[in-house]
Amino acid sequence: MMSGLLAAATLPDSITFVVAAVIVVLGALGVVLYKNPVHSALMLVMTLFGIAVLFVEQDAQFLAAVQVIVYTGAVVVLFLFVIMLLGVDRRETVFADTFKGQRLFTGLVGICVLFEIVYLGSRDWTTGAPSVAGALRNQGANVNVIGKSLFTTYLLPFEVTSALLVVAVIGAVVLSRRHGEDAPSTDRDRETAEFKS
Amino acid sequence: MTVNVSWYLTLGAILFTIGAVGMLVRRNILVMFMCIELMLNAANLTFVSFSRVLNDVGGQISVFFVLIVAAAEVVVGLAIIVAIYRRRVGATADDQHLLKG
Repeated sequence: MMSGLLAAATLPDSITFVVAAVIVVLGALGVVLYKNPVHSALMLVMTLFGIAVLFVEQDAQFLAAVQVIVYTGAVVVLFLFVIMLLGVDRRETVFADTFKGQRLFTGLVGICVLFEIVYLGSRDWTTGAPSVAGALRNQGANVNVIGKSLFTTYLLPFEVTSALLVVAVIGAVVLSRRHGEDAPSTDRDRETAEFKS
Repeated sequence: MTVNVSWYLTLGAILFTIGAVGMLVRRNILVMFMCIELMLNAANLTFVSFSRVLNDVGGQISVFFVLIVAAAEVVVGLAIIVAIYRRRVGATADDQHLLKG
């Protein structure tokens, strides 16, 4: 059965998929199993690069580039900045039983989730009807297709994301602002003072 | 022609499971955050796979929006983590038990 599934693909494509899949799974396991958060973050980079390779393999070149730029370029660097800033890169016990039977429960949940998703994925749930987004192939370059759909069909969600990003930036600034003595006294500052005392 | 879509879906399922289990097992808040990213990437991989199979650009558009929302989520989440760490020195999620009944 396995050879039957792989037979449809050419050899280079199969090799690319297998190598990228191994990289993705090993990186994900590394994120979970490494004791040091810095190592976890670097393993996350490995996983994200593997995902980007799989995107290229499936002719999603634009998303592969965005994946590398946004995730490995911005998100993981942000993670590393926070780790260094807070100095929390100390080791911890990975599999601590915080409450009784946590490991057993976690294992059961993991097995259930895996089998459920594989079961759902093994069945045919799609009708095959085309969506309003438009066809993917034979429409020109990948960037052209995505851009066309984004600026016509999905124009309103695209504009809403700009508001989301502005809100996120303002929220991050407000949350991480240090409340010193020279800062104006607000309700929040008083709450903070009460919280500390 | 790349490999059958079942392989991509299975890989996405495995990746999601690893992320979910890591989220439940780990106690460091930053690592829990990374596990959320793993689960988001599993969903993204599934989106792109279905986009290829169904010849529909909607899946790739969805991944684009997921990327944006994930970036915003990471920014706000890390700001909250920094604010928490500044007030108290607990390094794990178990130290945030102020609301414990």
